[in-house]
Amino acid sequence: MTVSLRRARPRRATTALRIAIAVCVALLAACHSGAPRAWRLTDVRGHLPDLRFRLVGGAGGVVSARDFRGKNVLLYFGYTHCPDACPLTMTHLHQVMVGLGPLAKDVRILFVSVDPARDTPQIVQEYAAAFDPRAVGLTGAMTEIKTLAQRYRVAFKRGPDLPGGGYEVTHSSAIYVFDTRGRARLLASPADTDGDIVHDLKMLIAAEGSR
Amino acid sequence: MTWAIGERLGAALLGAALLGAAARPAGAAAAPAGAAAIRVRHAWIRVLPGDLPAAAYARLENRGDESAALVGALSGRYRRIMLHESLTSGGMSTMRRVSQLTIPAHGRAALSPGGYHLMLMGATRPVKPGDRISITLLFAGGSTETVTFLAMPANASAGP
Repeated sequence: MTVSLRRARPRRATTALRIAIAVCVALLAACHSGAPRAWRLTDVRGHLPDLRFRLVGGAGGVVSARDFRGKNVLLYFGYTHCPDACPLTMTHLHQVMVGLGPLAKDVRILFVSVDPARDTPQIVQEYAAAFDPRAVGLTGAMTEIKTLAQRYRVAFKRGPDLPGGGYEVTHSSAIYVFDTRGRARLLASPADTDGDIVHDLKMLIAAEGSR
Repeated sequence: MTWAIGERLGAALLGAALLGAAARPAGAAAAPAGAAAIRVRHAWIRVLPGDLPAAAYARLENRGDESAALVGALSGRYRRIMLHESLTSGGMSTMRRVSQLTIPAHGRAALSPGGYHLMLMGATRPVKPGDRISITLLFAGGSTETVTFLAMPANASAGP
């Protein structure tokens, strides 16, 4: 009886020690990385390439990723003949900008058309601006749009001609968040709440500001 | 060709629908399980720039004992209206045409952002936020209900 107790004690102590070591290692790892651990969106840092594109803006001139250095960018793909899903996401992003308050001045929403055949630079800019004054509508050559989409694994497909004219475009609904140096940082979906997107953007802006 | 026929047919149907609506005394319970039993509220349109298609939304409540189905809509202000549904699956957004939206007996259904909606195309003259647009909803069985939709800005997050 006593013998068995004596044997049990060291075993219990070993388990406790193992747990203590594991906790210390976890804490050290958390402190050491220095990275915020509470992203609510998907952290894609290091997994997706930096923002790079050559498209056409509302004024008809070439717009590139370099024009947005110093701004946090929210990148979303859509098309202007989309009356429901795209407006819902763009309204969502407008609410995010409202939630950011004064911080929104250094944030831009980039709405990239996946339907350049119908989306002229002027209409895509008008469409984007109808949702938020800090939204930029971009279109351009199909090859340039495809290059950008493939860079972020964004898929899109033109549907068949509809009776009565027109067609629809099926497209990825993801929202990509970039830091002020054009690095891909976070991935959001339209299902993420305004609150979660605002939370992460504030955290990203604060982390960059303290650097 | 099909378009022209469709438009003429649409105009004829709209005329018939409006006549029907005008002929029916307000609040009359004559129509069986049709529009008379359907209450439409929070009807609004998300206005987009230029001549881009817009979406219309509303909440429908069926106070009748029989199920009802919205099958389409007509308006003197748009050349073409289609009942659509937006779907998001596997990270992809798509839109499909649907033949009807069922409103169960003593139940509700909604035309709402990201789901079922009326796609409004070819405004006969520009629609601005604040405009009140008359749209006639068509139900299975032939009954109709003319509803006033409030035009709202593109970034409106909810209806009136």
